[in-house]
Amino acid sequence: MSPTLLPLLQQIVLVLAAIVLFTSFVLLAQARLVAAIHAFAWQGALVAAVTTVVAATGQTHHLYFSALLTLVLKALLIPWMLHRLTRRLALDRHVESLHRPALVIMAAVALVIFSYWLVLPIVQQEMTFTRNIVAISLAVVLIGLLMMVFRQQAVAQVLGFMSMENGLFLAAVSATAGMPLVVELGVAFDVLVAMVLFGVFFFQIRESIDSLDVDRLNRLTETAEEGIVAAGRTTPRAVAGEDG
Amino acid sequence: MTAVAWGAALLQALLYAALAPLLVGWIRKVKARLQNRRGAPVLQPYRDLRKLLVKEARVAHTASPLFRAAPYIVFVTTWLAASTVPLVAVSLPTAAIADIIVLVGLLALARFFLALAGMDVGTAFGGMGASREMLVSALAEPAMLMAVFTLAMSAHSTNLASVIDYQLGAFALRPSFLFALGGLILVAIAETGRIPVDNPATHLELTMIHEAMLLEYSGRHLALMEWAAQLKLLLYGALIANIFFPWGIGQSFTPADLGIGLAAVFLKLLALGAALAIGETVLAKMRLFRAPAFLNLALLLALLGLLSHVILEVGA
Repeated sequence: MSPTLLPLLQQIVLVLAAIVLFTSFVLLAQARLVAAIHAFAWQGALVAAVTTVVAATGQTHHLYFSALLTLVLKALLIPWMLHRLTRRLALDRHVESLHRPALVIMAAVALVIFSYWLVLPIVQQEMTFTRNIVAISLAVVLIGLLMMVFRQQAVAQVLGFMSMENGLFLAAVSATAGMPLVVELGVAFDVLVAMVLFGVFFFQIRESIDSLDVDRLNRLTETAEEGIVAAGRTTPRAVAGEDG
Repeated sequence: MTAVAWGAALLQALLYAALAPLLVGWIRKVKARLQNRRGAPVLQPYRDLRKLLVKEARVAHTASPLFRAAPYIVFVTTWLAASTVPLVAVSLPTAAIADIIVLVGLLALARFFLALAGMDVGTAFGGMGASREMLVSALAEPAMLMAVFTLAMSAHSTNLASVIDYQLGAFALRPSFLFALGGLILVAIAETGRIPVDNPATHLELTMIHEAMLLEYSGRHLALMEWAAQLKLLLYGALIANIFFPWGIGQSFTPADLGIGLAAVFLKLLALGAALAIGETVLAKMRLFRAPAFLNLALLLALLGLLSHVILEVGA
């Protein structure tokens, strides 16, 4: 269906959904942790905006509540918690670049094309105008997964996980006009608890390997020279510098 | 009718050449104001051009004939490219004989001769500038073509006039156009040598790109080169303003339509120039090695535009 045939509100939904996908790419490639957290907050706000506009176009009033829940949880509370965590871990000036940014971005583009191909049979069933967004939400989920694979930094991986949840929520909104309220509340609570647990884990990982670079968890023993390097580190600034 | 149309096309081409220094003057004025300076008058670029045109042109001993020919070739190809972009009226015969791909090709030709001229004399700066220009353009061109294809897929034509007609006839909020706009703006900034990529206000800086190639030029040669750069800026401004915000552009060649079109494009370019000046004041110049990342972003935006057209707008 070409956009000119859609009412204005539905055009806005499509535009917002496309920007959600773009924020996924920003999250994936953003080297600065604080900026990535902001991008995640924007993604949450955009998902909430999509939900609001979908609610406004249809008769699904409970979506307003989901939108509010998403806005408070994903755009305000969780980014705030992550922000506080990074400050307490002295990671707020941390820069972690991808090894091959262009390649990872191209992989993400391939994932978008893959998810489009995957949902093509669903799209061909006659559904509401939001059916086209299903591919976008699947792509957001897959890019979140890709982010968890390619990022070494634990906080960035959590961001990937949370953005996967954003994608799932978007899929629920676009494919079935939202989940039942009970399920939604349960998921929201789960995400919140997960966030608190991640926070605890960050400190645990930091305690045990002196860094949040989870690649170091693969090594079972520390070699002699690494022990010396680790012993040489005393200030938190030096630790933060070592992470990338 | 065709005589009228060709007359309008010629008028528009002259208008391009006449307005190009004005846009640059306006941008410099806004920038100066933002930096709490009074700044040179808006008409200063015209005075600079006149001064350079009457001055004697000095050429290095080692220069080949190509060095003398390059300014004319660069200016004429850029002007030719500009004349295919609708400025005040849509259905121009020049827009009908050349589509966006020809436009990209003409700009590439101008850039090729500019780079050759930069290397011709054999100074270190010239060669460095030429190699940098080629680096930037090699990355900017795919992004520009991808953005163009996004537009072409919606309008089912690579012709600029058809794209603008399509936008006027069936306006809708399209995610693909939004991304293409973002991509094209980044490409335009890189191609016209504006601030995050190159600094147009400097004449001796180790990181300069465009100015480094012009260091050996003087007199009328330099005037033509600078005029060509100003034309290119106006070309990109008109391209962005008229494709994405086509309202007000003249649909026919009646004097009233042309007048409204001129006023509309004037306002659009003033706004665009002010936005560029604000952007240049806020941002700092990037390191050269970050330019590829900047242009990768442009390519990504254009690619997302293409994908979102396929996924969101075509549907089942």
